[in-house]
Amino acid sequence: MAIAQATIVLPAKSRTRLLEDERWLAFALLVPTAVLLGLFIAYPFVNGIWLSVTDTRVGVPGEFVGLKNFYKVWNDSIFRVAVWNTCWYTLVTTVFKLSLGLWLAMLLNRSFKGKAFTRAFILLPFIIPTVLSTFAWKWMFDPTFSVLNWMLFQIGFITKRVNWLGDPDLALVSVMVVNIWRGVPFYAITLLAGLQTISPELNEAAAIDGARPWQRFWHITWPLLLPVTMVVTLFSVIQTFADFQLVYVLTGGGPANATHLFATYAYQLGVGTGLLSEGAAISLAMFPILFLVVIVQLLYIRRVEVR
Amino acid sequence: MARVTRRKFLKVSGAGALTAKAAGMAGILATSRAPAYAQATTVHWLKWNDFVPAGDQLLRQSMLAEAEKALGFKVNLETIGLNDLQARATAAIQSKSGADIIMAFNNNAQLYAESCADVSDVCEELAAKQGGFYDLAKAQSHDGKKWAAVPYCIIGALIAYRKSWFDEIGVTKFPETWEAYREAGRKLKAKGRPIGQGLGHTVGDSPAFWYPFLWSYGGREVEADGKTVKLNSKETIESVKFAVGFWKDAHDEGGFSWDDSNNNRAFLSGTICASLNGASIYIEALRKPDQYKTEKGAQMKGDILHAPLPKGPAGQFGVHPFQNHMIMGYSKNQKAAKDFLRWFHSPAVYEKWFIVQKGFATGPTKTWEDHKVWNEDPVMAPYRVAGRLGRVYGYAGPAGQKAAEVLSKYIIVDMYAKAAQGMAPEEAVKWADGEVRKVYGG
Repeated sequence: MAIAQATIVLPAKSRTRLLEDERWLAFALLVPTAVLLGLFIAYPFVNGIWLSVTDTRVGVPGEFVGLKNFYKVWNDSIFRVAVWNTCWYTLVTTVFKLSLGLWLAMLLNRSFKGKAFTRAFILLPFIIPTVLSTFAWKWMFDPTFSVLNWMLFQIGFITKRVNWLGDPDLALVSVMVVNIWRGVPFYAITLLAGLQTISPELNEAAAIDGARPWQRFWHITWPLLLPVTMVVTLFSVIQTFADFQLVYVLTGGGPANATHLFATYAYQLGVGTGLLSEGAAISLAMFPILFLVVIVQLLYIRRVEVR
Repeated sequence: MARVTRRKFLKVSGAGALTAKAAGMAGILATSRAPAYAQATTVHWLKWNDFVPAGDQLLRQSMLAEAEKALGFKVNLETIGLNDLQARATAAIQSKSGADIIMAFNNNAQLYAESCADVSDVCEELAAKQGGFYDLAKAQSHDGKKWAAVPYCIIGALIAYRKSWFDEIGVTKFPETWEAYREAGRKLKAKGRPIGQGLGHTVGDSPAFWYPFLWSYGGREVEADGKTVKLNSKETIESVKFAVGFWKDAHDEGGFSWDDSNNNRAFLSGTICASLNGASIYIEALRKPDQYKTEKGAQMKGDILHAPLPKGPAGQFGVHPFQNHMIMGYSKNQKAAKDFLRWFHSPAVYEKWFIVQKGFATGPTKTWEDHKVWNEDPVMAPYRVAGRLGRVYGYAGPAGQKAAEVLSKYIIVDMYAKAAQGMAPEEAVKWADGEVRKVYGG
């Protein structure tokens, strides 16, 4: 009851007057967002930084150890493999997702029968929960019962089965294939939205002037689509760089660490071994690389927009 | 019926709660209302989805109701996948909230010992009444100062093999040495019936095969002092050299990417001749006799036998997946949780669960070796003494934090995998030794 008495109740008039002041209104409108960002982004991030400079284990509060964890992971050969894998994985999948997504968007931008249905259908890989679709892929790559091997064998492409997830090189390629399969619809639909903002008159005018399809794409479509492309790529790079589920389900980082990414190795150390501080250090090691990529891309987007 | 407005409801329930907090029972009596938060004791038990589904069915269908009747409180059972247990335990410990009892696998309880309630009283009582715990149970549940978890069961890991296929190549008794096993495997692989063994990042089968393989050659990650790393030795290199040929000659090379269920499927579909496993392959064949058949149309259950891992130059060893229950330090129901585990492990109660396991899970105390269940099916008999033969990960050192780190980084398994994939055995051992040293700080 004491609480109720202590509450300061402003008269309705003065409350309205306060919100008429733009500074207060802006503040009031920003508070929910700031609280959400603070709770779910800033706090975990700051907590992650703190963990990485301590020797915290699960259930054991740590003490400050400076950069010891970073030194340890830097000298860890599995970490180096994970760094290389993550960069290579992100680069290759991004190139493929962008090219295939753009190609698909151009096709979907044309008029044909069943256009709406096809557009919805294309989104399926993106809609299905990742873990579920990845399990389906796991079955397709199964060393004993692979449907892919069966098909390739039936059409005479292979004479003995391919060890999709057991061969170190093929395993990373297989994981990339699944990532590309899942990521292409996101590119396709977003780029399609971008394509639809480009006035058809521009292309028609160029066609009348004798421009070939490739010239029309290169001089009209691509420059106008570039800002959207850059934003999509930015999102995709961030997501791919921090990918976890695909590798966790398909290979668990194996064989012999050939498919470990930052996130899977951080999980292995943080949760599997209880070394929260080292797991945090590995996760944070992602940050400078990602930060650099994002800055470069954002600067580029700004330049494109100004132009 | 009188209309209750939202305002009135909040006022009444708030007043009840505040009064109860401030004035205790007198307050509750004065308001003539029970406080909104008053609840009966419920113990929340988190464990894996049993590989023998009948075990969980028995718990849900009758045992938990019996527990409520006997103990006067409810036990809320939650089961999740084995791979998710550690994530849940980590989240619970860090947030200091969650299940009262959490099942741990292998040496995981050692990782969380500081966050576990002391269950020494329960364990000492059980040990005294039931012939003592096996060494492997104590090594993985006792942190040197206290019992951090109550041993639950041991899942014997033995080789399941197709008797008729071994007979066909003239091997009527399961090979006793690695050389003999390799030779048999070579002949069987030539007939399209290789040995199936995981050599990847899996919690169960891969390490349970490759650690004892290393020990049987005399290799070890660390000395008994738990500090002196000695993986890079003549014995380890010998074991890796043998493993490379063994893998190529006799194994299904798909094993690089197997998880803990691949070998079950491969065996039951008739593509491999043998695999280290718990008894789940045989139990599944028993459960669905008309589904799993041999190439001759006979029921496969009649063609499966079990044997321990073969001997190496330094002896014969095994690792048997082990489970225990931690009562969490943050739990407000520690006494009730202890009472429940005491009740569950009492012979008359545990026996019911033990029987439906059909030998897949054996008791953590020695008394269960003498149970009549072992006389019912000779195929399961080799699992009876599995607990006696087991070593723990980290041997010759303790099964603590460092051993868990080496295990969870799959350093030993990957040492063999790298060599089998083409790295020189000496290089693979050197790499693994370097990684193990970083863990032990040597």
